[in-house]
Amino acid sequence: MLPLKEKDKAIVGKLLASGCCARCVLRFCCIGVPDAYRHGRRETLRQLRAFAEENHDCQNVGQLEPARKRSRLESEEAADEDEGVCVVCLGVLQHLSDASQAVQIADAVKKEKYEVDTLVLSISLPAQVCVRERSCWLPPCHFDQRSPRLARAKCGALGRRDVVQVKEAFKWIVQGPLARELGAVAVAAKSPLEVSVCFAHPETDADCHFLASTCPDCFKVSKNKQSAFTRMAVAKALEKIPDDKFLERSPRPPSRPSSGCAPPEVRCVHASVLAAFGARGFNFSSSGREDVDVRTLGNGRPFALELLNPRKSQLSPESMKNVQQVINASSEKVRVRDLQMVGRDAASRMKEGEEEKTKSYRALVWTQKSIREDDVAFVNRIEDLRVDQKTPLRVLHRRALAVRQRLVHSMSADLLDEHHFRLGLRTQAGTYIKEFVHGDFGRTKPNLCQLLDTHADILELDVESVDVDWPPALPD
Amino acid sequence: MDDDEEHKDGGAAAPSVIDRYYTRWYRADMKGKPCEDHCILQHSNRICVITLAETHPLLEKGRTISNIDYQISNGCSRLNNKVSGKSKRGGQFLTEFAPLCRITCTDETQFTIYSCIRGRLLEVNENILERPALLQEKPSTDGYIAVILPKFEESKSITENLLSRDDFEKLVAGRDAAQAMGVTQQS
Ligand SMILES: [Zn+2]
Repeated sequence: MLPLKEKDKAIVGKLLASGCCARCVLRFCCIGVPDAYRHGRRETLRQLRAFAEENHDCQNVGQLEPARKRSRLESEEAADEDEGVCVVCLGVLQHLSDASQAVQIADAVKKEKYEVDTLVLSISLPAQVCVRERSCWLPPCHFDQRSPRLARAKCGALGRRDVVQVKEAFKWIVQGPLARELGAVAVAAKSPLEVSVCFAHPETDADCHFLASTCPDCFKVSKNKQSAFTRMAVAKALEKIPDDKFLERSPRPPSRPSSGCAPPEVRCVHASVLAAFGARGFNFSSSGREDVDVRTLGNGRPFALELLNPRKSQLSPESMKNVQQVINASSEKVRVRDLQMVGRDAASRMKEGEEEKTKSYRALVWTQKSIREDDVAFVNRIEDLRVDQKTPLRVLHRRALAVRQRLVHSMSADLLDEHHFRLGLRTQAGTYIKEFVHGDFGRTKPNLCQLLDTHADILELDVESVDVDWPPALPD
Repeated sequence: MDDDEEHKDGGAAAPSVIDRYYTRWYRADMKGKPCEDHCILQHSNRICVITLAETHPLLEKGRTISNIDYQISNGCSRLNNKVSGKSKRGGQFLTEFAPLCRITCTDETQFTIYSCIRGRLLEVNENILERPALLQEKPSTDGYIAVILPKFEESKSITENLLSRDDFEKLVAGRDAAQAMGVTQQS
């Protein structure tokens, strides 16, 4: 039963003609019924085609008997022949969500031999899926090109937010077969075991390239990443680019990809601490925090986990060490040290220390005017500089407006060339470093622009150390 | 990528903080007054900074500002604006044509700067009261006029009546061409 309405008919026809697969058509028609996605995709495609072709008023396709009496086999072959790789999901909702894929994901999980009764699925898609999706939901594709105004009005009613996400549809299709395959393990919304399924596509760069010319500032090639077109960067660019510009530069309907996504990479991440204590969940708190683009180096940042409903309340030091080893072995990206049990008072001490402690940073700074050794010497001489910071504009939407006084204890500049220098800073915790450098419209006073009398900008920022004497170091 | 290029040659005029995090929107010929263009910088978190566009007559060479007045009527001064808490309670709510301040020059000319968008006033720039020259030296950064927070549900629609940077540049180019024509006709 496809819960489609008469008004969807034109859209269904257009989307099928553009090269969307049956399940993507359902998504764009905002069908939020998981079962609709679980039927065979060939059968769904046949029903959609019949629906788009039929002329009379009709509330529900499912009520219709198929118009043409083909044998099931015959129609499946026909559908396979001309469906091709979907222009939006790049095959993720086609052959890549078949039962055989669920078996492969299950095999990857079984191999790790976890003793768990739940898992949570997380899906990552190639970056261009959102680009392709946008060229589909932009009105002129759905509707009449001659009356964009009308189309926009209708599209507003359709509500882009109601469109079902590829990830969501994928989970709906796969979770049943996956759970069956794993026996006693249920696919849940929350679980210490996270199974991530990552799809990649060879044409990501080519598909996203036009965004770089429109929003160059969103894409930075970094040495750690293979491509500048990360999902984050693409999503940011899509948010910035206005509809008319997007339509000008992106093919519509999206071009037919030469191949689908490769079979996904499956990775399992196990929340070891939760498992060790048999806890239901946790609250995380840390000694301060940084922006997403700031690395914390040195000895790292103290943090505490409050375990909820743990079935064990104590663990021996050896077992704790074990948990730490499991965490450190599980990923290249995360390291913990000195993992230990602490009481509630210790955690609150960590929080209190936030204001008084000092932090050391290293920044890469650009200046508009060329700087000389005497500018460097001037910066290096500065000691305990009192800085008034208004709540930075970048966080003002979620924090109260206030002026906070902070101390920059010392700085040391290292000239790289006449427009760049490395700047080491030791500051009172809570100082907004980026704003201290670029000035935030003069809202941080004084700032480095004023001190050096030039435009300055911060290109990189790392935390070198969080100087707080907690928790106690443990012997190795 | 281009950011880095710009940084390397060091000569770029615009601070790239704006390029990275803000979108520029424009209101040209405010209230029908020729060239009184405003520039609205919208941060990706929806906060807007109201500034003078580079084409505003206040930024013409030779003009000196004598007074900036945030008292826009007997009963209302933007300087009295106070917001409290995360929800920014108490800020004045502005509509598109709400005046923010009046700026007078030594040549007696006077200009009114407007809100350009609907939203809650978070702050006005008091630094320009002490140093009016900031407005002319750094109109798009330290010489900003005010910070406004649009309603969440209006954060997209408030820019519908504004010009994009491309459209604004086209308009200015057209304006320059028309002026050049006028000059040749006179001579
Ligand atoms: Zn699809």
